[in-house]
Amino acid sequence: MAHVCSIITISQTVGANRIVPSVAIPHPLGNPKLPLAEEEELRGNLLKKALDALQTPIEEQTVFS
Amino acid sequence: MAEASRNRKYRIVHYVNQFFGGVGGEEKADIEPFTIKGPQGPGRLLEKLFREENADVEIVATVVCGDSYFADHQENVLREQIPVIRGYHPDLVVAGPAFNAGRYGMACGAICQALEPLGIPAITAMYKENPGLDQYRKTVLIVESANNVSGMEDAVRKMVRLGIKRLRGEKIESPKAEGCFEQGIRQNYFHEEPAYRRAIDMLLRKINGETFETEYPIPFFDRVEPQPALADLKGVTIALVTSGGIVPTGNPDHIESSSASKYGKYSLEGLTTLKTKTHQSAHGGYDNTYANEDPNRVLPIDMMRKLETALGFKVHPWYYATVGNGTSVDNARKFAKEIAIELIRDGVQAVILTST
Repeated sequence: MAHVCSIITISQTVGANRIVPSVAIPHPLGNPKLPLAEEEELRGNLLKKALDALQTPIEEQTVFS
Repeated sequence: MAEASRNRKYRIVHYVNQFFGGVGGEEKADIEPFTIKGPQGPGRLLEKLFREENADVEIVATVVCGDSYFADHQENVLREQIPVIRGYHPDLVVAGPAFNAGRYGMACGAICQALEPLGIPAITAMYKENPGLDQYRKTVLIVESANNVSGMEDAVRKMVRLGIKRLRGEKIESPKAEGCFEQGIRQNYFHEEPAYRRAIDMLLRKINGETFETEYPIPFFDRVEPQPALADLKGVTIALVTSGGIVPTGNPDHIESSSASKYGKYSLEGLTTLKTKTHQSAHGGYDNTYANEDPNRVLPIDMMRKLETALGFKVHPWYYATVGNGTSVDNARKFAKEIAIELIRDGVQAVILTST
């Protein structure tokens, strides 16, 4: 499992192992300030990072920033 | 001389979030920090109860910061606000109580932790399940509070008792006696009874089904071993799960906006994106404006579909959603277990969990 979340420290505390920092609490996978095409690109990149995290062998909690 | 210093007037700075600072609720959670002269909200009660205990204190300032703003800009807020707090020359800083508000608890812990090395005593209070507790309990004295604001007076009273001791430099008793959470500090002392006798007494109480109290609680770390990495995405089924409260419009399962007692399972079959008309956020812990405008910002099915085509994995046709807002750890564990069992049964090999 990859945890895409805004507050990394909470994710670490509850014990997620693959952590991907997101944009902000009310819009973790988006940014309303960006034009739609750029926002979609941002979202796609975050998901790619999460997919990469799922394909990365780890021994301990890891933040993929 | 000790008497004279006991009776002097103490200066306190109080830290609160946007709600207790009187600015507003979740819609104001992104407000930047600012300072009010004197007490505000729970600060008035704090001051009153300090005085009832014959401690001459004055809350010289209240620092207010939005919970989301703090979480998103923690480093900057600390860098800017710690000198502001210091500028008031406080004898003590009180943060919260934060009850079970996660971001607030994290902020209170961070503020206190930053102050202690500067020689400024700082205390806070929160509920035992607040994520700020595990993060800061080792470095910060944290008073145990109820999980919501109905426990305000009790929490403030306990903070006052502890605060007076810290102001006067008096000895802090055991965590239990002070109403604090354990910091994991071991202190040696001489016990009247030798260890073998205490151990046997304890064992006999246990055998007889009586209550007993361990002298060395084993810490409980809820950890799982990292799972092996996926070798390849091709042909793999990946599920989306969220604690961000994205549900079909109307919230058909009535998932609670806070302290959720359930989760929902909803179809993604044939969906290439989520729209305002079809989906919404049921979460009561963040400003829903952006998530309602475009639910993909929390449950990113639109780009998952594009990556599905490009990379050759399969998106599981169901997603699971709950509201992670003051949700009890017991409930969360229960949800996770049920969801994981179903996902494994349905042949899902990986999950992307999104949280607000």
